[in-house]
Amino acid sequence: MAISKFNYNSFNVTPVASKALAFNSDADGFTTASGSSMILIKTLTASSSANLSFVNGSSDVVLDDTYPVYKFLCINCHPSQQGGDGDEFSVGFRDGSTAYDASKTSTFFSSVHGEDGSGGAVAYRDSHDQANATGFQTLAVDMDADNDTQVSGELTLFNPSSTTFVKHFIWRGNHVHSSAGIQDTYVAGYCNVTAAIDAVQFKMSAGNIDAGVIKLYGIADS
Amino acid sequence: MAISKLNFNSLNVTPTASKGIGFDSGADDLEASFQGGSMVFIKKLTASSSATLDFVHGSGGVDFSTHKEYVFIFNNLHPQTDDQIFTFQGSIDAGSNYNVAITSTTFFANHNEADSTAALGYQSNFDQAQGTAFQQTSGTTGSDNDQCNVGILHLFNPSSTTFVKHFICRTSIYSATNYAVDANVAGYFNTTSDIDAMQFKYQSGNIDAGTITLYGIA
Repeated sequence: MAISKFNYNSFNVTPVASKALAFNSDADGFTTASGSSMILIKTLTASSSANLSFVNGSSDVVLDDTYPVYKFLCINCHPSQQGGDGDEFSVGFRDGSTAYDASKTSTFFSSVHGEDGSGGAVAYRDSHDQANATGFQTLAVDMDADNDTQVSGELTLFNPSSTTFVKHFIWRGNHVHSSAGIQDTYVAGYCNVTAAIDAVQFKMSAGNIDAGVIKLYGIADS
Repeated sequence: MAISKLNFNSLNVTPTASKGIGFDSGADDLEASFQGGSMVFIKKLTASSSATLDFVHGSGGVDFSTHKEYVFIFNNLHPQTDDQIFTFQGSIDAGSNYNVAITSTTFFANHNEADSTAALGYQSNFDQAQGTAFQQTSGTTGSDNDQCNVGILHLFNPSSTTFVKHFICRTSIYSATNYAVDANVAGYFNTTSDIDAMQFKYQSGNIDAGTITLYGIA
């Protein structure tokens, strides 16, 4: 159906910067509309992957001053192995070299509850925080590797391109614990560097990310 | 100004209420199926030795009546004075007063760079029980050049005149004593009047730098 039903003179919209053109609520004229401020940048899908890496300037990834805040959504990330060193989901930040070893100070606490009703508790877990350490930051521990188990969560990274301030990050995620229960994990802290963070990598402590998706979004502020 | 530059005959679109015009899946035609996302930018305030940052309904494009949820993102807020707690309060009189009664909970996790202290606990010095003071969001942020605090505050349905107004806030700070602090605050403005302004400030001294950006969740 042609839009020729519209009177030429009915295109009467006052331009507004950074807005889109849309039909009004009566569908008989035009108005301006806002797009979303949460912009999908990149989706990476694991398939027995040693890691999933988001590198600024590579494979359409943007991780610079284009956005002031970035969000990573980790969805159904499933470890290839359970037990030993293979059951921790973790993140590393790159601050200038090729290594994901930006120094971090962080906190880590979680609540747990078993499928059998046991163990309902919340506690700080000091074996998983960091004190100006360069290792990967654990986001989920003691993961179960049964076919139907996984970790899902959201990591927010603030202003990675700043060369003035440390770079804060906040994570909340939950996963199926190896002893059959839920673990709700809170991690927060900062990369204690003033160099820009230009890449972020997710991996298991050993083994692969067998399956799952991680999506990177930019949060626009204009 | 009318969009008179559009070629009248080039548009072949069935009008659909509240939808935008975008290209179709074949990229060979236009259709009225485009819908922007649900996180809508409203206003960004940038601190520059600012005593407060204020979002007032009806001022500077701020609108607290359209959406059911509002999100404030604090980015790299830096206090001018060392050892300051970042705070917020709401107003029911368009910013004339920021003193709404708040009942809230607060719990923090903290860990220092020296790795000598790590803890999780309820913070009874930071909660409020019908208090009208500014709500503290976290421990104290340091004023070293690289220190700052960040976070996200969710405010639910501030225009309701039926219910109290809930908020949830999570912040990460780099404290004056070199701690990472994960601060979790939740509560409600105990009023059925609409919240029509929000003010942010440090307990003392100015906000030297940083931004607070307001979004509506459509």
